Amino acid sequence: MRPALAGWAFAAPALAAILVFFLLPVLAALALSLTDFDIYALADLRNLRFVGLHNYAALLQDPLFWQALGNTLYFVVVGVPLSIAVSLGAALLLHSRLGVFRPFFRTAFFAPVVTTVVAVAVIWRYLFHTRYGLVNWALSWLDIHPVDWLGDPRWAMPTIILFAVWKNFGYNMIIFLAGLQSIPEDLYEAARIDGASRWRQFLHITLPMLGPTLVLVGILTLAGYFQLFAEPYVMTQGGPLQSTVSVLYLMYEQGFKWWNLGVASAVAFLLFLLMSGVTSGLLWMARRKGVE
Amino acid sequence: MNDRLSRVVVNGLLLGLAVLSLAPLMWMLSVSFMQPGEASHFPPPLLPSAPTLANYRELFLRAGMGRDLFNSAAIATLTTLMSLLFNTLAGYAFAKLRFAGRDQVFRALLAALVIPAQVAMMPLFLLLKQLHLVNTYAGAVVPGMAGVFGIFLVRQYARSLPDELLEAARIDGAGELRIFWQIVLPTLKPILVTLAIFSFLGAWNDFMWPLIVLSDEHLHTLPVALASLSREHVQDNELMMAGAVVTVVPVLALFLALQRYYLQGLLVGSVKG
Repeated sequence: MRPALAGWAFAAPALAAILVFFLLPVLAALALSLTDFDIYALADLRNLRFVGLHNYAALLQDPLFWQALGNTLYFVVVGVPLSIAVSLGAALLLHSRLGVFRPFFRTAFFAPVVTTVVAVAVIWRYLFHTRYGLVNWALSWLDIHPVDWLGDPRWAMPTIILFAVWKNFGYNMIIFLAGLQSIPEDLYEAARIDGASRWRQFLHITLPMLGPTLVLVGILTLAGYFQLFAEPYVMTQGGPLQSTVSVLYLMYEQGFKWWNLGVASAVAFLLFLLMSGVTSGLLWMARRKGVE
Repeated sequence: MNDRLSRVVVNGLLLGLAVLSLAPLMWMLSVSFMQPGEASHFPPPLLPSAPTLANYRELFLRAGMGRDLFNSAAIATLTTLMSLLFNTLAGYAFAKLRFAGRDQVFRALLAALVIPAQVAMMPLFLLLKQLHLVNTYAGAVVPGMAGVFGIFLVRQYARSLPDELLEAARIDGAGELRIFWQIVLPTLKPILVTLAIFSFLGAWNDFMWPLIVLSDEHLHTLPVALASLSREHVQDNELMMAGAVVTVVPVLALFLALQRYYLQGLLVGSVKG
């Protein structure tokens, strides 16, 4: 076999799998979103009708869709910066020469990342239990009355955000740590000789040097946080008062609870559009500022 | 700030963050050994007064968690094997074998990374239904068996292989398959370990797709079983924590054993180019 032929032969199985089980379904989803595919079509394909952009139009008039979109944006807009800030803080602490047992701390901070979302969400639901939870017990020492974390529409999403930050910050921390380690030490030395404080060193050396890493981490984290699903599914089931219904939660319910696969596909595409828009916007801003 | 104070602050913050990171997991472990009902008190007990395995017994004997554990292990193992086979072959081809359209195809693959997996789920479900793969292991394995990330991971690593080595083998008359098997594969070992951990953890921790494609209770994976259990037994905290332990401990152990490979892969995967 010649290398050229071997190349195609070696790549073919993976490419075929990706084509059949991912790329073609994506195109099919676009087609599906233009039909009224529902439980009747699932039973008999003759019940399927082409409806054009009707699913999209209906979604854009559906208050629940806007609620889900708002909830997801709330999660993203608060969760992503908070998550990145904690990751960066943890990376700076681990990078500091003053710290002891750094490999141990790195492993400890990273442990939540590899755990199963569903399992740790079950733990958090219990930690934030109104009556028996450790969190309310700790707050009672400060004379704060028990908060109904997951049962109060004002607190449910913040609780889920805290959970997501706890679960995910270790991932970006590792990327930041690698970025910090690649900053030349003489930059800091020169700044120290000039009498720059630590805070100024951070602002004028660390942050600019981490620019490309920040953009990368921002994009990865945004993409991940837009896909919020398992947390509300386990912790709140979308409640209370639909305050934690996310876009994917809506997609799941439409598609696999009510079998409105046409509507669900339209939801998925709207999410995809939104994610692309936000990511492109971020890249555009980064380029204008000369990062990358 | 003087040096001693900075040292105290840095180490204090490290310790505090470590407690926040680990305390929920420690508490899970502790509560899982408590008597049924013991954790539903105020203030919540930190340690079991009389440690018991009753919750685990209940899970495995009555709730059928042994079966869920087996399903999870089987699906994660199958996914890992498929992913190793498909992605390694393709990653090596994209790195080292010149073929027509290679770079265009690879760029297209990278571009496809921006599409969230959930977009494909509805048609994929219908496709698998046609193929009678809904409610089978195969249905759960299919989306994870080849992936752009896996191909990328292997390609980045395989690029550092010296071309002279491959050329020498070709001149000696070795076939491409033999070169792959005898020369390439052994040098790729570290990245194969990395790919295996990522595939295994990804399949084990996955929730949405198994929830969709495995509606049959006998095929539930641990996360799916735990989620449905937690919707039924809202009050049984000790039981839930034992279920969480069974779900989390295998992947935590795997991570601790192979941490170096995992973190390496994380960095390769996030430094594109």
